[in-house]
Amino acid sequence: MQPEVTTMPALEVTVLVSVGRHPLTGRTRRADQDARGVELARSLADAQVRLLHAGMRDESSEAALRGYLGMGFTQLSLLEQPEGADVLPALAEALDATSPHLVIAGERAERGEGSGLLPYLLAERLGWPLVSGLAAVESVEDGVATLLQALPRGQRRRLKVRLPAIVTVDNAAPAPRQSAYGPARRGAFETTAGPVSDDEEWAAWQVQPARQRPKRLKIVKAASARDRFKAAAAKAEGGGGQVLTDVSPEQGAEAILMLLREEDVLR
Amino acid sequence: MSDLPRRDPRQEWIARNRLHPRHAEVLLAAGQGAASEWQGPNGLVRRNPHAIGFVGPNGVKRIDRSGTQQGAGGGGAMRPAAERKPLVEIEAPAFLVAVVPDMAGGRLSGHDRDLLGLARQLADADPVARGAVVAVIFGPHKETSFAEAGVDRLLHLDSPDVAGYAPEARLGALTLVEEAWAPRHWLLPDSKLGGGELGRRLAVRLGERPATSVWQVAADAEAVMGWQCTARGAAGSLDIRRPLSRVALALAECAEPVSETRHAATELALPQPLPSTLSRIQDLGQVSVDPSGVALSEAEFILSAGNGVKDWPGFHHAAEVLGATEGASRVAVDDGFMARDRQVGATGTWVTARVYVAVGISGAIQHLQGIQTCDKVVAINMDPGCDMIKRADLAVIGDATQILEALVTLVAQAREEKRDAA
Ligand SMILES: Cc1cc2nc3c(=O)[nH]c(=O)nc-3n(C[C@H](O)[C@H](O)[C@H](O)COP(=O)(O)OP(=O)(O)OC[C@H]3O[C@@H](n4cnc5c(N)ncnc54)[C@H](O)[C@@H]3O)c2cc1C
Repeated sequence: MQPEVTTMPALEVTVLVSVGRHPLTGRTRRADQDARGVELARSLADAQVRLLHAGMRDESSEAALRGYLGMGFTQLSLLEQPEGADVLPALAEALDATSPHLVIAGERAERGEGSGLLPYLLAERLGWPLVSGLAAVESVEDGVATLLQALPRGQRRRLKVRLPAIVTVDNAAPAPRQSAYGPARRGAFETTAGPVSDDEEWAAWQVQPARQRPKRLKIVKAASARDRFKAAAAKAEGGGGQVLTDVSPEQGAEAILMLLREEDVLR
Repeated sequence: MSDLPRRDPRQEWIARNRLHPRHAEVLLAAGQGAASEWQGPNGLVRRNPHAIGFVGPNGVKRIDRSGTQQGAGGGGAMRPAAERKPLVEIEAPAFLVAVVPDMAGGRLSGHDRDLLGLARQLADADPVARGAVVAVIFGPHKETSFAEAGVDRLLHLDSPDVAGYAPEARLGALTLVEEAWAPRHWLLPDSKLGGGELGRRLAVRLGERPATSVWQVAADAEAVMGWQCTARGAAGSLDIRRPLSRVALALAECAEPVSETRHAATELALPQPLPSTLSRIQDLGQVSVDPSGVALSEAEFILSAGNGVKDWPGFHHAAEVLGATEGASRVAVDDGFMARDRQVGATGTWVTARVYVAVGISGAIQHLQGIQTCDKVVAINMDPGCDMIKRADLAVIGDATQILEALVTLVAQAREEKRDAA
């Protein structure tokens, strides 16, 4: 795709893309996290990005996959698999053959079991390190990537990992660009047949649309009427807190600082 | 055996009836007399009011005026609620259920407790052959209530190898646990923080296909492990009913947390030391993010301003120095000092901060609703009687402006010292 005139060896990146599902309409679309992964790969300097999908090819999935092509690609490698097959062997073989430096995947698929296990299985099978929940790739130098991992509560952690590696993308990664219609139409599928293995367990499970989870009731467990009354009549919960009256502002501040330190929220 | 006092109406009746032939005998058997009533040296009857009465089941002292007293002695402080729960000890467990809680912020989270509740459900299903729940925790912690959360055995691994983000070292440790005890079940929280990742790594290493996003577990004699579970699939849009696998990753509220019993939480140790693994992933530590960019609902540390804040530039400066996300009460927002999206409370944002510092907020019920799930609340207020003080874990009574100033000075000082030392 890119001219091979760069002095540095290009960073070969493979993005695993899947067919997503719109949360409201249920129609197929490009999967959100995978699209973020493609965007992440696009933002890397000197990267040779390849899209890889293993699955069935039909009208609706093709429409969804063309969404990725519309992000500025001319082709997408497709490993054809029947519906409900285990795509691991096919993907592992394809990755083994091309041996990219970096493999980017979403955290969980939007259809099927969606257990988020695939990147881990691939990592174990290929013997590569895996980093989950990426927000950004900061740099890649001398076969070592510096990554920014998204933590809960909007926090970030910086990690260094030796390539080749598999990374999964968090929802905190930059939003994907829009898919352009023209390139999406023009893009080609490079179809290969991979090894097929059926997923028998999945076929044996009972699958139905998710039903609303029951709301947890707040049960006051009290041994006696007196405790129940106290629980019902209590106004402000908590209590038993430490109250500092008649202290100088400095002493008060010190007590607060101690609590903040204890809770480890000061950086 | 329950230690509730048992009453025997006939004995009581005899004790009340001084003409009954067995009166003296019964009084003696009831253990009454000597301690609470005796004849003084001058022939006067002496009574000790502290010695009569007994402590009822709820810790309230009762005095039985009928003449009999059940259980001599008295007074004594009420035992703390935790100690009144029956202690369950499992000496020789039939099998083990291993749980790896997230321990976010060094404490068991609500999710962890639900998971331990589920582990108890699995362990206690068969009253004849009960299992024990082993909690495996990594790194330093501040938790004191493992026993109340339902932990029978505690394996605390605290070596520098497994601190921070070290999934490979932690996986190595869990593999050792597997080799040493071969737990029947492995339960991990399916959370972003670590359980979700560690559990998947473990399942892959053990060659198990884990049940992920499990939210319901029910006994089923026909299933492989004797349990059937319901798990979410396809980004939460499917319910998958399948047999429970050996490794299971469960969602929050998958079971009720343990509330009625206390467990031993005895410390375990690994039979062999942790192998030093050469990690291919290097943790460079957390990156400081702009706290004002963090959504209020998921901020970890919030400094919230109310009507009691007079010095607004000082407040913003304090938030910046402390690295806290700013919040506000409705009054502060209505008066135009803070943006609308910073409002905490019923009509604002429900926050989940671990530490919430309320500066000059009285604690109206609409505001308190918004901070229900906060772990630690600190109040700075002039009024020692306000509701925020009742809710707070630490309350400092005084002028907000001065206290914030002092706090900023202290923090800046500490940072300065650290820089000099480095
Ligand atoms: C339908 C409805 C919805 C509402 N929703 C919300 C909501 O979502 N969120 C919300 O916050 N409120 C809400 N409110 C408003 C709520 O009832 C209270 O009016 C409001 O929370 C009070 O804000 P406050 O504590 O900042 O002010 P005040 O009640 O005026 O309290 C100020 C406090 O500051 C202290 N103080 C004064 N000077 C100082 C000083 N120099 N140093 C230290 N302390 C000082 C005082 O002792 C006092 O305790 C709602 C009300 C209604 C009717």
